[in-house]
Amino acid sequence: MSNSTDFLLALEKVSVSFDGFKAVNELNLYIDKGELRVIIGPNGAGKTTVLDLICGRTKVTEGSIKFKDQEITGLKEHEIVRRGIGRKFQTPSIYEDLSVFENLEISLPRGRNVGGALFWKRTDDVIERVREVARMIFLIELIDRPAETLSHGQKQWLEIGMLLIQDPELLMLDEPVAGMSVSERVKTAELLHEIIKNRSVIVIEHDMKFVESIAHRVTVLHQGKVLAEGNMDAIQHDAKVKEVYLGH
Amino acid sequence: MSKILTQNRNLEVIGIVALAAIIVVILPVSLDIFRLNLVGKYLTYAFVAVGLVLCWGYTGILSLGQGIFFGLGGYCMAMFLKLEASSVANTKIQTTPGIPDFMDWNQIHALPAFWQPFHSLAFSLVAVILVPSFAAFVVGLAMFKRRVGGVYFAIITQAVAAVLTILIIGQQGYTGGINGITDLRTLLGWDIRTDHAKYILYFVCCALLIGSMLLARFVLASKLGRILVAIRDKEERVRFSGYDVANFKIFVFCLASAIAAVGGAMFTLQVGFMSPSFVGIVPSIEMVIFCAVGGRQSVVGAVVGTLLVNWAKSSFSETFPQLWLFAMGGLFIAVVLAFPRGLAGLFTDQLLPWIERLRVGGKPRATPAPAE
Repeated sequence: MSNSTDFLLALEKVSVSFDGFKAVNELNLYIDKGELRVIIGPNGAGKTTVLDLICGRTKVTEGSIKFKDQEITGLKEHEIVRRGIGRKFQTPSIYEDLSVFENLEISLPRGRNVGGALFWKRTDDVIERVREVARMIFLIELIDRPAETLSHGQKQWLEIGMLLIQDPELLMLDEPVAGMSVSERVKTAELLHEIIKNRSVIVIEHDMKFVESIAHRVTVLHQGKVLAEGNMDAIQHDAKVKEVYLGH
Repeated sequence: MSKILTQNRNLEVIGIVALAAIIVVILPVSLDIFRLNLVGKYLTYAFVAVGLVLCWGYTGILSLGQGIFFGLGGYCMAMFLKLEASSVANTKIQTTPGIPDFMDWNQIHALPAFWQPFHSLAFSLVAVILVPSFAAFVVGLAMFKRRVGGVYFAIITQAVAAVLTILIIGQQGYTGGINGITDLRTLLGWDIRTDHAKYILYFVCCALLIGSMLLARFVLASKLGRILVAIRDKEERVRFSGYDVANFKIFVFCLASAIAAVGGAMFTLQVGFMSPSFVGIVPSIEMVIFCAVGGRQSVVGAVVGTLLVNWAKSSFSETFPQLWLFAMGGLFIAVVLAFPRGLAGLFTDQLLPWIERLRVGGKPRATPAPAE
């Protein structure tokens, strides 16, 4: 069981079944340090479930998930986050009633227990760090605006910013450009190139143009299993992949 | 709400000051002691409403069992006062002198062990806070760690309130049963039934209520307050930002319960008894209505709502006693449908912009309604 690995994240023979239906079936997936991995696949292939398993939202039925060579299956979500894994959801998941600043401030990985939050001081370095991230995600001008007034694309950026400020070693993004305009997509690709420095990223995406613009390596999932894995070029010419996903 | 969030924070401080002026100066000057004592009683419910603002208005946890904590606080106080009133001298006609009268009537011949520490005022005052907080902690731990929330949590709090009521009524010899703990007289020899004492207790109640409101403001203005709003909005996102959401919910639920308990203790002192009719399902729901009418996201609104609904209850039920429950039910439906943010919401959303327009005066069409 306990093979030592050099990978940042290693999923080995991971399965999960919902009432007998195997959404993920003996999946093996290895992510290197500093790698940007794109996961694609048809609807129901188990892409989002894989992210749910890694971040602890869904419990693994069988198999092992190791992060930095330590087993993380069975840990609570917030414990996994504190180990250094950040997760962005499919639909923008931000706090509508709070301002952009407050959204980012809450995501800063400090004062995370009750006492720390109650006696939290908004020091200069907190303000500086929040503004720095707000600048990166193109929202510095809107920093005091309530998040509910942002456009859909801006909300997506805000959530990316909320992850960024956590400074995770592994960042998981579920369809970061869904519902974005063309110009927003270009800016998001730019943003992703900026934030993948010094960390590993797993991206789930449907938009093939976008995938081409960012991918290092691509994993194709189909029916809860890895169908193919390789660089973008190889994947696009893979016969099996064409058949189940790209070809039509 | 957030467009005017900071404005609201200042408004709340002004509101607390204004409310303090009304309850500490204006009401005592203008009301006789009978009416003032009645207001004092209403103010004890306002503690519960302030707690509900924290856990329901801000965190989204609807508890329909705050009467549990109000009652536990009240009972802890009543137990001390009852023991003092049951001195051997006062109870020499009983079979067993020196124990509360209801125990004697129920053939209990020695003070039960859990009553013993309530001979001490210090212990009793600590218990007023700690017993309800501990109860809230146990309920919170069991529910929130298992991620029971929303309507399921509300139903469970109702069930706990029902269980506690049945327990109190059933264990008559230990609790005083349906009559509650009555005939309370003195606090360390100081007669709490005189008009003078009622004045003093009224002001103590005001001071504690204002203290509770300021404490609630402090919590809500901290980062913890923003985390509570975040939990209400997107609980999952908070969890995936590295927070143990259950701990925050347990904290706010315990705090709300402790504040409610202080109200319960002040109720016992001012009204002179405590009974299961303030513990169960109906009073718990009534307290939620007080909070909803006043505005569940406003500490000041909740207190004002409590005072107004109770004042209406008193005047209404003097004339049409049968109709009051229908009126209150109707009021609750009206609030939920027509102005979900309560009176405080009406004030900030309707009245303030209207005043603003009046002030601008001359050119009524030039100023659009939404404030910056």
